[in-house]
Amino acid sequence: MHERRWVEVIVGCFVLLASAALIFLAVKVSGLVNFNDSDGYYLFADFANVGGLKVRAPVTIAGVRVGEVTQIDLEQDNFNARVTLLIHTDSTQLPVSETSARILTEGILGSNYISIVPGFSEFDDQNGTSYLQEGGQISLTQPALVLENIIGELIFNINS
Amino acid sequence: MIERLQLFGHKSINLCQNIGVSGLFLMRIVTCAPKPFKTLPLLIQQIYFVGVLSCPIILVAALFVGMVIGLQGHHTLEKFAASAHLGQLLALSITRELGPVIAALLFAGRAGSALTAEIGLMRTTEQLDSMEMMAVDPIWRVIYPRFLAGILTMPLLAILFSTVAIYGGYFVGVQLLGIDGGAFWTNMQSSVDFGNDILNGIIKSIFFGVIITWIAVYQGFYTQPTAVGLSQATTRTVVFSSLAVLILDFILTIIMIGGW
Repeated sequence: MHERRWVEVIVGCFVLLASAALIFLAVKVSGLVNFNDSDGYYLFADFANVGGLKVRAPVTIAGVRVGEVTQIDLEQDNFNARVTLLIHTDSTQLPVSETSARILTEGILGSNYISIVPGFSEFDDQNGTSYLQEGGQISLTQPALVLENIIGELIFNINS
Repeated sequence: MIERLQLFGHKSINLCQNIGVSGLFLMRIVTCAPKPFKTLPLLIQQIYFVGVLSCPIILVAALFVGMVIGLQGHHTLEKFAASAHLGQLLALSITRELGPVIAALLFAGRAGSALTAEIGLMRTTEQLDSMEMMAVDPIWRVIYPRFLAGILTMPLLAILFSTVAIYGGYFVGVQLLGIDGGAFWTNMQSSVDFGNDILNGIIKSIFFGVIITWIAVYQGFYTQPTAVGLSQATTRTVVFSSLAVLILDFILTIIMIGGW
């Protein structure tokens, strides 16, 4: 009887250990549960070409990660790519005018990410506020650089 | 010539017969009347024998597999100046493939062979027959808890394997070879998806648990009641279940990559 109790205790430890390992895989390895995922606001940005941008790619300002890409879909009327960005911290206020988003690449083998360059913050008398709100649109965008296009332009320029 | 043909036919018939009998046997296990209160102590005993006692070999193997992938990955990625991407190489290869498969192979060698030998010895010493004489169903009393324990512990062992292996790779990559720890974890998190990578690995390991314990208990239950028969059954368990794991892994990977 005494021995069976120890067996049960050890099995309990085993199952707990495995559960802890699963939580580790979920949080630390896959980043599934990001604790500040829920707060923040959504912005949209239209790009002519998103290149290799993927969902969950980071959104950065001055190299600091402030959010992530949550959705990429095709707009049916003008065939642009509409990217939905989640900006994590509400305190990150982006001015409406002059704020631009660019798709850049981390290093030569790295994945694509979005870099936001904030515009000048000016107080607008007519609208009252001049910051991008939930569901706002970043109008100035620069598409991802496609290597073939650059090489094509280069060859074209050399030939002419 | 005719004799060779006859031998071939005989083997083919035997093979089909074995597959049929093992299928019926699986059906008997699955459909045997569940008695939760009586099964639970037996199940915990078996989880101890099958799962907890397999832990040391699986964890040590995981540590070294992770460390060697860290070393090899760093060695190769360094040529492309991309050694910061070691984290995603390590995590993807381990959670998707190596974790479930190596844990299953070790499980087949450590627990599957023990199951076959145990049940086979019960068959050889006529313990299973005497159980039936006492109106105790050996399928329920002996086979069912072992089968269930195998299915339950296989995913747990695979999860533990993946965790320890990733820490092994972390130890070599970050602590010994000096990759930046932040880049290691961030690259890993941005490329590993919980549903596609980790959950699929766990689903794989559940399938492996079913196939390994099924082969093990079948080989034990239908062993030839001799010393030679018992040793052959144990060998067959390890050989068949290792092959079955590798083949099933390929099929499951096709299904999972094919957008299932």
